[in-house]
Amino acid sequence: MAATSFKTIGKPRRRVDGRAKVTGQTKFADDLMLPRMVHCKLLRSTLPHARVVRIDASRALAHPGVHLVMTGRDFPIPYGILPVSQDEHALAIDRVRFVGDPVAAVIARDELTAFDALDLIDVEYEPLRTFADPEESLTHSTPRIHDYGDAGNIHKIVSLGFGDVEQAFADADHVFEDTFFYQGSTHLPIEQHAAVAAKDPDGKLVLWSSTQTPHYVHRALAKALAIPAAHVRVIATPNGGGFGGKSDPFNHEVVIAKAAMLLDRPVKICLTREEVFYCHRGRHPVLMHFKTGVKRDGTITGLHVKTLLDGGAYGSYGVASTFYTGALQTVTYHIPTYHFQGCRVFTNKPPCGPKRGHGTPQSRFGQEIQLDKIAETLSLDPAELRLRIVERPDTLTANYLRIGTIGLAECIRRVTHAADWSSTYRKLPPGHGVGIACSSYLSGAGLPIYWNDMPHSGVQLKLDRSGGVTAFCGATEIGQGSDDVLVACVAEILGIDPIDIRAVTGDTDLTPVDLGSYSSRVTLMMGNAAIQAAERARDLLAEAVASKINVPKDRLVFAERRVFDAENPATGVAFSDAVCLAETMFGTIGTTGSYTPPRSAAKFKGGGVGPSPTYSYSAAIVEVTVEPSTGWIDVPRVWIAHDIGRALNPTLVRGQVEGSVYMALGEALMEEQTFRRLPPRLSHALVHKFPSMLEYKSPTTMDMPDVITELVEAPDPRGPFGAKEVGQGPLLPVMPAVANAVYDAIGVRIDEVPITPEKILKALDAKAAGKTPRYGPSRFPDIAWPETLQVPPPWEGGDGTAVNDQRRSVPDTRERHGASASAPGVGPRRYEKVGPRER
Amino acid sequence: MRIPHAHITLTVNGEPTEVAFAPYKTLLEVLREDLNLCGTKHGCELGECGACAVLLDGQPVLSCLVLGVECEGRRVTTVEGLASEGRLHPLQETFADLGAAQCGYCTPGILVTAKALLDEHPRPTRDQIRDALSGNLCRCTGYQQIFEAVEAAIAVEVPVADGRRSVLDTREHSARGPSEREDASEASGGGAPRALKNAASASGVGVGPHAK
Repeated sequence: MAATSFKTIGKPRRRVDGRAKVTGQTKFADDLMLPRMVHCKLLRSTLPHARVVRIDASRALAHPGVHLVMTGRDFPIPYGILPVSQDEHALAIDRVRFVGDPVAAVIARDELTAFDALDLIDVEYEPLRTFADPEESLTHSTPRIHDYGDAGNIHKIVSLGFGDVEQAFADADHVFEDTFFYQGSTHLPIEQHAAVAAKDPDGKLVLWSSTQTPHYVHRALAKALAIPAAHVRVIATPNGGGFGGKSDPFNHEVVIAKAAMLLDRPVKICLTREEVFYCHRGRHPVLMHFKTGVKRDGTITGLHVKTLLDGGAYGSYGVASTFYTGALQTVTYHIPTYHFQGCRVFTNKPPCGPKRGHGTPQSRFGQEIQLDKIAETLSLDPAELRLRIVERPDTLTANYLRIGTIGLAECIRRVTHAADWSSTYRKLPPGHGVGIACSSYLSGAGLPIYWNDMPHSGVQLKLDRSGGVTAFCGATEIGQGSDDVLVACVAEILGIDPIDIRAVTGDTDLTPVDLGSYSSRVTLMMGNAAIQAAERARDLLAEAVASKINVPKDRLVFAERRVFDAENPATGVAFSDAVCLAETMFGTIGTTGSYTPPRSAAKFKGGGVGPSPTYSYSAAIVEVTVEPSTGWIDVPRVWIAHDIGRALNPTLVRGQVEGSVYMALGEALMEEQTFRRLPPRLSHALVHKFPSMLEYKSPTTMDMPDVITELVEAPDPRGPFGAKEVGQGPLLPVMPAVANAVYDAIGVRIDEVPITPEKILKALDAKAAGKTPRYGPSRFPDIAWPETLQVPPPWEGGDGTAVNDQRRSVPDTRERHGASASAPGVGPRRYEKVGPRER
Repeated sequence: MRIPHAHITLTVNGEPTEVAFAPYKTLLEVLREDLNLCGTKHGCELGECGACAVLLDGQPVLSCLVLGVECEGRRVTTVEGLASEGRLHPLQETFADLGAAQCGYCTPGILVTAKALLDEHPRPTRDQIRDALSGNLCRCTGYQQIFEAVEAAIAVEVPVADGRRSVLDTREHSARGPSEREDASEASGGGAPRALKNAASASGVGVGPHAK
């Protein structure tokens, strides 16, 4: 095909679903109203940790309008997002593990009746010790919150070593040690989770749900309800915001699915806002310790990171989250020796999971603040320090992550130029400051959640003789614009307009599997699959047109809804005629495309978390003003540069960057998912401090600063048209940049988020009293780490395996059995200890 | 226990409407469940998020805090009533074109609130826009593209006969994407009469463009 400049790619465009969204016609899950539909409400535990002794639902069942009451006995088979953490039951069987854990479900003619009937269910609990704090879970191994995990109430504990980090510290000119704390926060999508289940006319199950991962929900339903997967259809309705919070299979989905099958009528559930706070699966609170050795010129000799994650009451994505707190430190700057130790404990709080940046913002916060401290000690400009140590492109890191293109240096140059850094840093009047920080993020997880060698994303195209094209893909539209990416990639290849293409997405009956909208994987993976499918269609059309108009195939151009001769543009046919010609020559026209990420170089246990086809990079400068008498922080401006590879639709890319900055500022300054004990005279239960949108502070239009966005475009050959991710990466540098700017403004270090006026005042008090001008955690607890898996880095002759991993001497076939996690009949007490994420 | 239904008549998106519903229902519930106008969303049902905003007699209200029975004889405008005569409202055009709607869930509430702002202040400043939308939470956009879309909707105003400017005209809207060909055609049709309605609104009569 003759080369042409892009017609659709790279142009700021109205997204294909834009009209539906501004006219209110986008159908979200709670907008579905089906005939004979009944409504579900869940009775949730009022105690944080207890044995369920007895449940009597007879009064509720007798209540007028109630159709069905279900309890844990109806759901004997456990499920969970990771094969290694199949620790959830749709309703509690004999144990509740946090306030909000569902124990019973009522299905009634309307929501109000169901709600009333919840009061008629009698539950007798036997309270167990409440674990409110991760250190309690470390020190008390009984009672165990779960009867699986690495030890006691430790869910996951890991230690990975890449080279001799102790020698690296000995070789360093300076060694820095700092402790940081990153408070948990929640996603707060404006749409509350909602779902509708029904038995279809053929007697098979259909679930519509506001889920980011219909494929994983499909698997979980088939398993938990022991229904053949082929008889389950999951349709992801457009999500009214996800941010990671709708990535787990949820108990309410399993409950209404079973209820719909039993009642043979549609069942709907919509969570209240309070319930959404308790569903959570959000940012893990992480305590962390950073020890870094540097040479006088800023070169890093070694890094040792320890993290302690407060996992809450269930596994969720927690094993992956644990590894993610240690995975990406090496991707931004060159770190020749690296030691990571991570520990996730269970506590009696709503489960934590993936929130935008999944496990990496916490440690990014620590790393970037520590770099600021290092720069100051070495009398280096922190931007200059970072420029010196940026990792090289096309390299393998100490922990075997294969890096593609790196636009980080350009990002740093762009933001420092835009913000006039050299004339503001350490030069603004007291109370005014600027801070810089950088980051990187995955463009899609390199491994699927369950072990298999199949594609991560599939696209099917149906070409119609009318000239219309339908693109089918399991990807899920959560607001990020995945439908637009799908359509744009196909439109560009076929030379038609995006509006000519219909996207059918997120429907397990109709669409080929895409693993879901998580890990910033959709643009890269679905985009590559879409290009492949479209190129195959283009080839069929080209052959038919070439034969018709007697022009060599490779001279044909697909553009402006025509297929024509590059050398004689007047000679050609309309796109719809090209389809007719192809249909005449080949029969019905349909093509497929798939994408499978490249094999990871990391072969050690735990190496499954972190690999990605390529990584995005960001740099941010935040300006703050701090009022020293009140501690009040104002952020007037944020400059951010993001290495996007190529912006497929710059309007949407900018929206992702600015939305990330927004969410980051919420975490930096105000958002906290925290808990308190009710008074002992009540239940003494551990409850959410403020499960409401009014009191859980998030930035409003009045708080949001001006954001100056710079896109760095150096196409990465691994991405579709060169594109990398943008949905998560730009969040990461903002929190540490705020902390660094606060230091520039008033000379105190706030080593934790959120950075509140109260903490600033305490740090200023400490400064005035001649103590360390800092607010943050003082210590990292002693943890009994396991033996470190020693993986020699590539430059020490390593091959990506651990030299002391006993497992490797015996071929481990159990890993592959993770793929059969959906097999029915797995008993409630059987947990697989080894999963794909831990290869 | 069954409570007798309330029965009211009101004007919804310019159309006289009768509806019967359980008397404890909020306007939000009546709109969504009894009138099948699901464009209006809910995020908290406690008046905290702004997703359920609608216009009641031209003023933005949180429909989750208004009882249906309070709406007898009143005029309600929802997102479904913003487009008219087959054309999107300029705010809808600019929101779609400029990335102001990502997931789209807060969008209906923001659109009607922004419309009320423009009806009252045809040329709001950035600060006035911030202030007007401060009760509408959006978790996707970071608000910036929303501000820009509201400002672009101001910019698409065109002069009309009496020298006033109509905010309901879409001519010369430069931000339009190449793929959108509907809603953009007729530029002059609605100008003058709408401007007169806006004038009425600006003079404090409180007559919105969708009033009959």
